[in-house]
Amino acid sequence: MKSDHHVILRVIGKCFIPLIVIYGFYVQFHGEVGPGGAFQAGVVLAVAIILNSLTFGLTATMRAVPPVFARSLAAVGVLIYVGVGFWSMMQGGLFLEYQALFGEPPGGHDGQHAGIIIVELGVLFAVTGAMITIFYALAGRVAEIRDEDW
Amino acid sequence: MVEFVLERAGYWAIIGLMMIGLYIAFSAENLIKRLVGLSIFQTTICLFYVSLGKVNGGTAPILLPEDTPKHYHPIHEGAPGPDSLLAAGGERFADLHHVYSNPLPHVLMLTAIVVGVATLSLGLALIVRIREAYGTIEADEVREIDIQTALAQELEEAKDIKEASA
Amino acid sequence: MILESVLSSAPAWALAHAPVLLVVVPMFIAPILAMLPNGRAAWLISIVATAAAFYFAIVTLGLVQSSPTGVLSYEAGRWPPPIGIEFRTDALNAMILLLVTGIGFLAAVFSWPTLSSELGNHNKLGMFYAAFLLCLSGLLGVASTGDAFNLFVFLEISSLATYVMVAMGAKRDRRALPAAFNYLIMGTLGASFFIIGIGFLYAATGTLNMADISDRLPALTDSRAVQVGFAFIIVGLGLKAAMWPLHQWLPNAYSYSPSFVTVFLSATATKVALYALIRFLFTVFQPEYTFEMASFSWVLAPLGIAAMVICSFQAVFQTDVRRTLAYSSVAQVGYMLLGVSLATAPGVAAGLLHLFNHALMKGALFMAVAGIVMTHQGTTIRDFAGLGRTAPWTMTAFAIAGLSLIGVPLTAGFMSKLQLGAALFAEGWWWAVLLVVFSSFLAVFYIGRILQAAFFQPPVNPRKTHKEAPLLILVPLWILALANIYFGIAADFPLGLARDGAVAALGLEAFR
Repeated sequence: MKSDHHVILRVIGKCFIPLIVIYGFYVQFHGEVGPGGAFQAGVVLAVAIILNSLTFGLTATMRAVPPVFARSLAAVGVLIYVGVGFWSMMQGGLFLEYQALFGEPPGGHDGQHAGIIIVELGVLFAVTGAMITIFYALAGRVAEIRDEDW
Repeated sequence: MVEFVLERAGYWAIIGLMMIGLYIAFSAENLIKRLVGLSIFQTTICLFYVSLGKVNGGTAPILLPEDTPKHYHPIHEGAPGPDSLLAAGGERFADLHHVYSNPLPHVLMLTAIVVGVATLSLGLALIVRIREAYGTIEADEVREIDIQTALAQELEEAKDIKEASA
Repeated sequence: MILESVLSSAPAWALAHAPVLLVVVPMFIAPILAMLPNGRAAWLISIVATAAAFYFAIVTLGLVQSSPTGVLSYEAGRWPPPIGIEFRTDALNAMILLLVTGIGFLAAVFSWPTLSSELGNHNKLGMFYAAFLLCLSGLLGVASTGDAFNLFVFLEISSLATYVMVAMGAKRDRRALPAAFNYLIMGTLGASFFIIGIGFLYAATGTLNMADISDRLPALTDSRAVQVGFAFIIVGLGLKAAMWPLHQWLPNAYSYSPSFVTVFLSATATKVALYALIRFLFTVFQPEYTFEMASFSWVLAPLGIAAMVICSFQAVFQTDVRRTLAYSSVAQVGYMLLGVSLATAPGVAAGLLHLFNHALMKGALFMAVAGIVMTHQGTTIRDFAGLGRTAPWTMTAFAIAGLSLIGVPLTAGFMSKLQLGAALFAEGWWWAVLLVVFSSFLAVFYIGRILQAAFFQPPVNPRKTHKEAPLLILVPLWILALANIYFGIAADFPLGLARDGAVAALGLEAFR
């Protein structure tokens, strides 16, 4: 691999991407007891993918995480969120009433607990998928750059 | 007079930034600069809301251990549900050990930021398409090209009609 | 009687959740459509989704009319209103919801032939239908939420989807791209102004629930923060509602977007923004406040009149049919604003009735134009020459809706202008009545030019063949055209809706 000028960049990137992903999940699940949450976690996860495409090239990344997958991830996230709302309705509660998810008596907290975690998971999917899709959409366009544009 | 200005320094800064953003969004011919202006404007709104939520001497609105009620154990059976917590809300806030800033504006701005990101990326995507269709991202050049093509079409149509009638 | 039979046959879950289901069902279907690889399947599913929303809107209307207080409150997540988000429906929202879902359903039925001919690439149409349903769900959310900040979020959901749909017109005409970009800048500024205004109100009252704000405002009418907030909200929503002179985004966005998008937007988007304006003018702020009365007589009424006259003039001088109709839309917003600016129950009712009727006429007009674009590939008035002979069904429906736009007796447009005139006379604004009549004369010119070209000129281009729009366009088109005539003769239904809406907006009991 004598021709690879980016060897340092790539090695460092390889080390960092898993860390970023772990940090993303930490932010996601720590959001339950402290600052954090799915919006931030989703962006951090998407950053891992974007860093990958910056160091290893867009085509390689698109092979690993296909645009269709990213788009579907965003759609599935929204489906999960609204689906929790429908689930609580089917259990006889109001829209997004977590308390009703398992049909608990008023003292129970399992519904509140599960509800917010599932909803946050939906938001995580939606934000990650949307950020990756936005990046692909903007980076995937090959435009010729003329001299006078510089 | 000086006091009047200094007391509201935050608001002056917000208004100044807001006007800068608005001015860029209206006056710039470069489409990307326009988006930048719009982003400044939206960010200023976030500043405005967050400054509304600031309570004098208040810390970040994260419940510190001293202030969590002793009987509150999330997993425990029989702990109060959201209704009773809501009903007791007023009294619980009264005996907090710390002063907290108002968290609601922060939460609202989280949503507004997401909206802003969506707007920004959609705007950038449109600019990419405009660049592909027109070969420029200057609003005045785009307008010029539009006028030229419209005039050319007009001429062609007039020729068509003349041929058809001849 | 139809309402009662729908109510009695509705299942219990629909009765309990209708106000939120009509927002959430399109929102749930939209991501499914985004993943569908087949455009035709997406079309069929979107018809089902809009039909479901229409059904829930009818149920909601029935529930509102049969409820003793006239207000339907749905607590999302069972968090009680001042703190939690509330879906609050009264007679005013119910009317808007019915209108938007009805037009949405007809537009969804009619969409396939025109979209597939203008956009091509059938497999990607699923994404387009996803944007359409998101836009619909956002508009319905604006019309049904009772929380001021939630209204902003729904407004942005619908607007972002709208920008995408307008930009899709680039397949036919690249000018759609700058049009969509300008719309994005203006629309975002409008929404930002609105949210600044909400910030001021929140600073003054400490609450975001619209009913709660309204309860706390009377003690604060002298607060400058409230007055500044009022100004920001009016400007922001005015931008979204294309209030003159904040309408600059509208003509381009309407004339270069895909025909289907123009049909849907012209009949719903500005209407919903106008609803939000009415809601803030009359429910959140009370018309008794002096600063608000001043804004009615010195800002809204002159702007409405200026829109009516100036934009009608501009419409006369356009050569493109869709541009003519777009300028006419701004002028019609002027009529509605004029009615609203009276701040009396008949005035607001007249404005709401015109809002309802205008959706019917503009929907029909733009549907007819969509049919013409599909079969004859042209939208200039010259292209319309002789179309009365080559496409008689399409152009007859166009003519009916056009006459309704002018305000010819026996059409819906006549009824709303009659109501508006009566309301203006009752206040002694006879000069405004004269201006309404004058603006209607201008409408005779700009609609007359198109009809004259279509029915009394020979086809300019002999290559163009005898061709009628497909049945999928003709059926919704004629439903709207016949509705224009039906509601012009038997106006009880929309008039009742508008009066109930005005009563709900103004909080009156006496006027029925």
